[in-house]
Amino acid sequence: MTVCWQGSAEAAWEAAAAVPDPEVPCVTVAELGILRWVRVDNGVAVAGVTPTYSGCPAVLAIELAVEAALRDAGFEARIERLLSPPWTTDWISEDGREKLREYGIAPPEKSSGSIRSLFGEVTVPCPKCASTDTEKLSEFGSTACKAHYRCRACAEPFDYFKCI
Amino acid sequence: MAEFEALLEIADDHLILGHRISEWCGHAPMLEEDLALPNMGLDLIGTARTLYDHAGKLEGKGRSEDDLAYLRDEREYRNCLLVERPNEDFAHTMLRQFYFAAFMRPYWLAALDSTDETVRGVAGKAEKEMAYHIRHAGEWVIRMGDGTDESAARMRDAVEALHIYVDELFDSSDAAQEAEAAGVLPLRDALRTTWDRTVAEVFAEALLAQPEAAYAQRGGRQGIHNETLGHLLAEMQVVHRAHPGARW
Repeated sequence: MTVCWQGSAEAAWEAAAAVPDPEVPCVTVAELGILRWVRVDNGVAVAGVTPTYSGCPAVLAIELAVEAALRDAGFEARIERLLSPPWTTDWISEDGREKLREYGIAPPEKSSGSIRSLFGEVTVPCPKCASTDTEKLSEFGSTACKAHYRCRACAEPFDYFKCI
Repeated sequence: MAEFEALLEIADDHLILGHRISEWCGHAPMLEEDLALPNMGLDLIGTARTLYDHAGKLEGKGRSEDDLAYLRDEREYRNCLLVERPNEDFAHTMLRQFYFAAFMRPYWLAALDSTDETVRGVAGKAEKEMAYHIRHAGEWVIRMGDGTDESAARMRDAVEALHIYVDELFDSSDAAQEAEAAGVLPLRDALRTTWDRTVAEVFAEALLAQPEAAYAQRGGRQGIHNETLGHLLAEMQVVHRAHPGARW
């Protein structure tokens, strides 16, 4: 028998959705679009989690944190790792983008489908002063999902959430 | 079993190249590259993990991704010879990366139509990552090829050294042919035109000439490797083998 009343599924979603990303703690796993869904079957909360990059070392930490949050909320918990459809930066919510910017990380350009953004031919506005006079310092930044940029206007270096 | 063996070949390619470029960590010529190379290694090793996990389940003998990565010997590894070539200098490393990514990007794009759901899932992520690798490594090939006398000479040496390993990329083993016929994996041979075009475009900018291969070195898919693979495996596997079953 499947017990799935509205209240419990919502409580499970809220508990899981509040987990911050371990590498970008200003946003939650739900805002990043990594947490795809939570369903409750027979009192077991099952969370669908998708990795950002194939080798993202934070995947396990995220799965453990989501599992722990569900347990704290009183559920038995299980994680399902979802490969398909592949995560894309288009799944980052508007709130998430704004929080990234406030945190000093330039959010990814929409949309990932465009070959221009995939090949980095985009203008990345500075998250601090909003100038578009910026330059790429390195294709690869502090984590797999970011590139490193510098603002020529305010001279601040900053991370850019790469568009995939 | 053909699909298991064919997946193992691709997983081995990714693990061995991922491990090779991780050897640059802490030794790269500049901080940006010290970040870039391990990041690219992570992409490759992440892809390998998913493929090993899937292959192990298809085999049905209970072998995990760790068992497949750490408990097979040199002769059981099925990677192509290109990926095990030593790092040598930055020119060799970047050219090897460029050659491999220029092959894998169209490979994964074609694999988006695979009949196997996990292969499609891996392909969806990996094709985008390979586009980054092509661009990053390709920019270095251009910068070095069209750079100083020293950098250009090194890049020419790398071309000379690595071109005999290119043809093997397009060979399909018996297992791969079966998986290709079943629609699980893309036809390797069909990717040659795309690879040639990608390389020709970058070489034109890099002022490099693509040499005619006098002969092609093969053997990786049959487990016949260069002695350098043994050293790599020894380093990669020693902790796992010295402490079987250890957890932390």
